[in-house]
Amino acid sequence: MVNQENELLLTSPSEKKARFKRKRDKVIAQFIIWTILIVMYIPILVLIAYSFTTADNIGTWTGFSFDLYARLFTSKTGNEIMVALGNTLLLALASSLISVILGTTGAIGAFYSKKRTRTAIESVTQIPVVNAEIVIAMSLTVMFVFVGSYLFGGANVFSFWTLLAGHVILSLPFVYLSVKPKLQQMDPALYEAALDLGCTQRSALFKVVVPEIMPGILSGFLLSITLSLDDFIVTAFTRGSGLLSGEKTIETLSTLVQAKIKKGPIPPEMRALTTFILIAVFLIVLGITIYNNKAAKKNKVRKGRE
Amino acid sequence: MQSTKKKGLKRFFSFKRKYLAIPYSVFLALFVIVPILIILVYAFTDTLDDGTLIFSFKALTSFFTSPSKINVLVVSLFIGILNTLICLLIGYPLAYLLANNKYNKNKILVMLFVMPMWINFVLRTGATRDVLSFLGINGGNHPYLATMIGMVYNYLPFTILPLYTTMLKLDKSQIEAARDLGCNPVQTFTKSILPQSIPGIVSAAEMVFMPTISSYVISDTLSEGKVTLFGNIIYLNFSQSQWNEGSFMAFVMLILVGITMLISKKFDKGEARISANNLW
Repeated sequence: MVNQENELLLTSPSEKKARFKRKRDKVIAQFIIWTILIVMYIPILVLIAYSFTTADNIGTWTGFSFDLYARLFTSKTGNEIMVALGNTLLLALASSLISVILGTTGAIGAFYSKKRTRTAIESVTQIPVVNAEIVIAMSLTVMFVFVGSYLFGGANVFSFWTLLAGHVILSLPFVYLSVKPKLQQMDPALYEAALDLGCTQRSALFKVVVPEIMPGILSGFLLSITLSLDDFIVTAFTRGSGLLSGEKTIETLSTLVQAKIKKGPIPPEMRALTTFILIAVFLIVLGITIYNNKAAKKNKVRKGRE
Repeated sequence: MQSTKKKGLKRFFSFKRKYLAIPYSVFLALFVIVPILIILVYAFTDTLDDGTLIFSFKALTSFFTSPSKINVLVVSLFIGILNTLICLLIGYPLAYLLANNKYNKNKILVMLFVMPMWINFVLRTGATRDVLSFLGINGGNHPYLATMIGMVYNYLPFTILPLYTTMLKLDKSQIEAARDLGCNPVQTFTKSILPQSIPGIVSAAEMVFMPTISSYVISDTLSEGKVTLFGNIIYLNFSQSQWNEGSFMAFVMLILVGITMLISKKFDKGEARISANNLW
């Protein structure tokens, strides 16, 4: 009976009109979404399209070839790019690891501190988050020069380590802020229970607290990597001589590309690297999305059971 | 006697959870607070020939009496506000459509919108510049237009993320109730959807405004050095060793940061940004 009624309703003219309207709205919405998406990707896609030709400039097509991909691994510019890529990845991993360790311990420590201490730590944490990158970069550099001239007798302290400190400062507060809500959500009885069951404070921390806040730690880590990979200003100000292949000044992808595009178009070999970057980023982000969706579904099932 | 001493030592060295905050606090003090204090010192001093610093308002007076520096402030604020508005105007409806089940069920599509954030921004800026100059828009003939396009390209993904997360949390029953109680679409928007999405708008604006004003690479590349923003002038002052002037400009930026922070403080900022990043 109910079904029949429904069908009758569905086929009534007004319902048909509503269905048509819904469908039309969806088509318009999808059209808007895809237009913005495509326009957003035009520069990157054009760059990738021109990685299959050897022309120096975008806009001139000199025939299809994989030459640039070979040149990426053999030419002088290609070599520069590869060293910069190595530096960039090394820096991102090192600074993110340090940020995660310092930020997580900081968040745990602050969480169990007195309220006044915690408020003080949190206000200082906010500073690099809201501060302009150029001010962070400049203030750090001025301090390094200051330290070099007053504590090390005019020595140049700029090196991989000053650069590393700069990148840690960029991402550290974000690790703190991603771990903090997980600590707040955690059931405080878990830690007490672990102590009652014979854990030492330290092992309770590692076996109970750390696993509970792991999602926060991971997203803090990912965020740190993103911030470090994308940074130009702090790198340009705080870098010194490089660790890899004895460069005079360390080049990351950002600083290398900036130096090149100041003089002319993006170097052709860079176009080939862009293809790899896009593929790598796509795979990583896809993996994370699928993982998150699965985790969300699992959570739903778990909640349903409860 | 000895046992109490031992106990005291043991207590002193024993592990306490709050000690874990010490390395973090020391690091922040050394690399956040000390540098800012040094900047403040430089902003209100003058460097003599032998390198000693004396207290002076020279940088301050040079800022307020130099039309070019005031011009930088005005242009920066203008471009910052315009970019924030454009990004919101594109990002807001887009985020609404993406978060609405009726129009989009595809999570991967959302991810595609934020994916440019993971591609090096200098590279993206260079690509935008090269494509624009192929289209005939370059720093030589349209420096402001080219800079604006570059800014929107770079900051749009940053606005979509916080807006999208806010849109996901919209109270659907409230919107429906507004409709049932006779609101037309415009009223539904102004009375229900807009007030609910204000935290998203604020954190989106925050992610665009200050970074735009202080950006260096985008304006420098796309306008071929013709558009000077705060970021460019601080960079310039610094590379010409005009530390006092540069520090004062940085001090002005700090004040701007403080103002935007006060404005957005009501809306529980930071949280939205982090939850936005927890999307993936």
